[in-house]
Amino acid sequence: MRIKCPLCGERDRREFYYQGAAIALNRPAPDAGDEAWNDYIHNRENPAGRTKDLWHHEAGCSAWLVVERNTVTHEIYGVELAEDVKRGSKNAD
Amino acid sequence: MRFSAWQVLKEGLTGNKGWTPHWRSPEPKAEYDIIIIGGGGHGLSTAYHLAAKYGGKRIAVLEKGYIGGGNVGRNTTIVRANYFLKGNSEFYSHSLKLWERMEKDLNYNAMHSQRGILNLFHSDGQRDAAARRGNMMINQGDDAILLDRQGVREIVPYLDYDNIRFPVYGALYHKRGGTARHDAVAWGYARGADQRGVDIIQNCEVTGIDIENGVVKGVQTSKGPIKAKKVGMVVAGRSSQVAAMAGMQVPIESTVLQAFVTEGLKPVLDNVVTFGMGHFYISQSDKGGLVFGGDIDMYASYAQRGNLPTTEHVVEAAMTLMPMIGKAKMLRSWGGIMDMSPDGSPVIDKTHVEGLYLNCGWNYGGFKAVPASGDCFAHLMAKDEPHPVAAKFRLDRFRTGQNILDEEGSGSQHNLH
Repeated sequence: MRIKCPLCGERDRREFYYQGAAIALNRPAPDAGDEAWNDYIHNRENPAGRTKDLWHHEAGCSAWLVVERNTVTHEIYGVELAEDVKRGSKNAD
Repeated sequence: MRFSAWQVLKEGLTGNKGWTPHWRSPEPKAEYDIIIIGGGGHGLSTAYHLAAKYGGKRIAVLEKGYIGGGNVGRNTTIVRANYFLKGNSEFYSHSLKLWERMEKDLNYNAMHSQRGILNLFHSDGQRDAAARRGNMMINQGDDAILLDRQGVREIVPYLDYDNIRFPVYGALYHKRGGTARHDAVAWGYARGADQRGVDIIQNCEVTGIDIENGVVKGVQTSKGPIKAKKVGMVVAGRSSQVAAMAGMQVPIESTVLQAFVTEGLKPVLDNVVTFGMGHFYISQSDKGGLVFGGDIDMYASYAQRGNLPTTEHVVEAAMTLMPMIGKAKMLRSWGGIMDMSPDGSPVIDKTHVEGLYLNCGWNYGGFKAVPASGDCFAHLMAKDEPHPVAAKFRLDRFRTGQNILDEEGSGSQHNLH
């Protein structure tokens, strides 16, 4: 699998650290309650198909990326800087 | 048909014409008392234990593919009871005891081989941790021996004992651990369940779960609707999709775990050897192939195949530990979908829907749990209370933070196990 970093270009998957679902960009308020925090930390949609997840270009530019890809075929549809996603919309799912 | 040496002899002398299918292929009935979604090892074991211990119920197992096509036919067949935490250790201890009587119970040769497992360690700190784990195993009533370097050398002389980074200091030796023929475990439970009246329905995909006023009523399938009083979900890597049919989001992330086998070789490796520092473990199948594996591919995936970086890592670990393996040719590799939970331990529990039960989160360690998982899930579904040895596998432990079963001590979030 190769991931096209918006800053560095297409790189081998080995350069990237996988964090998990892009839900990590939607941190609940501290007082949102245990159900909201449980959903945020533990419960996952975990789709078989199109998904968005968060990768860190650890061995490259160190940017956090939102990668939209297919969990069944490993096809990658698009990569955005997490900071752009966060600024553009509050909804990263 | 009851299998015996006499039967083998008789069939051998009469052209092997008397063997019959090991289970029926019935069409689904309109209604059952209990439906098990998922005909993998855990689902078949659940059906068997339900029928064997809590008789008089109409039970069906619905499998979307074929028996033995999922993780129960894709694992590296290791059976052990070397867990540390209370909550895990009594469960796996129970499972190993069930393994030891499985073949007699099922009248089926599962080729369960207690050839012993060696968990290597490579530093003083790791030796202390191994001693502590061994003491916990002994306290649980299981077996553990702390071997020094010479002790390991006498059993497996061909490891690279003087590796610069990971010199072998010794091993925790678990003699009752070993391997089993994974397909035979699925087939044996399928046959045992079928003989006790369970309908095993293959090529029957569940497409919906019928719920009315918070009570389960049955399932929708590719072979039509089927009513049921109780429904158990036991679908491993597909837990998120099936749970979603009941409006649930479960704490599971599915990833791929790869395994590998070399060409068949003469007997060279009598035990199971694990090299934790390289995320590597290896044994030799009865056919002669060296069966080995490593860590998961470390990102969410439903592809039943892996990617090259993990393959490369596993092969490097193999060469580090056991340089002679470089002479063997790798024959095949494959992948299975792991239902990874945040703390690395499973869930056997009720759900918010009455009559709907959940069994998932086995991570990369489900095979050894097949007997006890089925026994405990059957107990839960029949009696509506958890089996004592599985009482801590609660779904709400993540929300409450109580009784987190983090065996590795690495945390209770996704992507840490």
